[in-house]
Amino acid sequence: MKSLGIFTRQNNYMAGRLARWAVTLPPSLYLLIFFLLPALIVVAASLREPGEFGGLAPLGGVGGLTLESYRFFFGDTIYLEIFAKSFFIALLTTVICIAMAYPLAWLIARSPKRRRELLVLLVILPFASNLLIRVYAWILLLGPLNLLYTPFAVIAGMVYVHLPFMVLPLYVNLATHDLALLEAAQDLGAGGWTRFWRITWPLSLPGIFAGAALVFIPVLGMFAIPELLGGTGDLLIANLIKEQFLDNRDWPFGATLSLLLTGAVLAVAGLTTLAARRSLKGALA
Amino acid sequence: MKAGPGYAIWMAALAVYAFLYLPLAVVVLFSFNDSALNAEWVGFTTGWYARLLHDRDMLQAAANSLIIAILASSIATVLGGMAGIAMHRYRPRLLPFLALTPVAMPEILVGVSLLLFFRQVLDLTLGLVSILIAHITFSLGFVAVIVRARLAGMDESIFEAARDLGATPWAAFRRITLPLILPALAAGFLMAFTLSIDDFVITFFVAGVGVVTLPLQIYSMIKVAVTPEVNAVSTLLMLLTLSVVIVASRFAPDTLKART
Repeated sequence: MKSLGIFTRQNNYMAGRLARWAVTLPPSLYLLIFFLLPALIVVAASLREPGEFGGLAPLGGVGGLTLESYRFFFGDTIYLEIFAKSFFIALLTTVICIAMAYPLAWLIARSPKRRRELLVLLVILPFASNLLIRVYAWILLLGPLNLLYTPFAVIAGMVYVHLPFMVLPLYVNLATHDLALLEAAQDLGAGGWTRFWRITWPLSLPGIFAGAALVFIPVLGMFAIPELLGGTGDLLIANLIKEQFLDNRDWPFGATLSLLLTGAVLAVAGLTTLAARRSLKGALA
Repeated sequence: MKAGPGYAIWMAALAVYAFLYLPLAVVVLFSFNDSALNAEWVGFTTGWYARLLHDRDMLQAAANSLIIAILASSIATVLGGMAGIAMHRYRPRLLPFLALTPVAMPEILVGVSLLLFFRQVLDLTLGLVSILIAHITFSLGFVAVIVRARLAGMDESIFEAARDLGATPWAAFRRITLPLILPALAAGFLMAFTLSIDDFVITFFVAGVGVVTLPLQIYSMIKVAVTPEVNAVSTLLMLLTLSVVIVASRFAPDTLKART
């Protein structure tokens, strides 16, 4: 019987390896084909020439690879201006989100544990609704006030759609603060504002940077809000990309813009992670 | 030191809550308004809802959205479930990157890359299939995260006990792992369902001209004119996603946070 035992064990070992591949391979293959490969094709597409009837020029034709799209981008300041404007809008949205999220996150973090869950739920619930519905709500609100199709409407929409991304990480951070620090500061005679700026604020920086990345990045890639709430002068990077793919049909230029946006996103993600880490060290020191 | 937050902070927080809810409340309120203009309250009516039932385009869009959401979330649940188990048990290096990057990236980049891939590489006619593939791509990661979180909270010794007692991996999966992760799979399915039925940006790029989903239909209506019919369909859609999300968070408490 012992040999049989070894036999099944051997079998189980083989079956274990099989099980490993059975759960790892299908999702990996799916995402390699339908996520990574398409992403790499954007790189290739940015180096091609546009086709006669939209799309890309057929491969093996006259043109091989070209940097024409990149030259086009840097050859006209208008595109750099749109990038700069997009960054400015994203920054402004992030700052307003920090200002609005802070009291809310603070209130939730200092509430009794049982009430916290409800208060967090109340922040998340509006976001169970469709993006377009949330934008449409602002069309209804701002239309009668004659504020529609203005930069103000774009900022209001951006803040509205992205606010929970700031509240949640900030709340998680504030909930971990050691309240004894604040008491000690008070015993030593620090006033309310001093306690906030010298203790709470620096300790909350990692949460703020985490939230900033979650707000800044999607704002950079948002085309629906500028399109539906903004005027013709309020178009951002994402609108430019959408235009290349769906209206102008200059796909290589669209791919180039997408890659530049990806680069910007990675830079922002990297910088905020770095800043969060530094501020954590600073707070601990 | 005062234990509770100060009065000013309470007021500021209340104002932010009002900021979150007031716009949506206006949408719901005016869906019952007996006036074609979303400007002032005239009287109560359910007429805009009745009109939806006779709007053929809207009904077709709703049917498309439902079919796509059911298929996409079923497949995403199977693949995402596998990915969740794999990420928990075998710690693969590439898979977490593949599953979570589409979630973190701006949606427009996912939409554009899939559009390029479908048209230039596969030469696929855009429609139900391309939308389906795209929806599976972005919801797979959500299911994986929910399943992995569930497994991480488990006592590993039960899996070891099964192995020591000679259970084959398949038997251990069917008799132990599957029953344990079933609530997470249910929550993941419902989450993928709401993500699919709500998605606008990625669908916008991969839908082509033939197939219209509910968000695409709402988009084209908003672009043309503001009508209370949009309010009515928005209210119904909100009700649907809200109830699905609440049911999902019963199965797995952290589901809501995964979504936002």
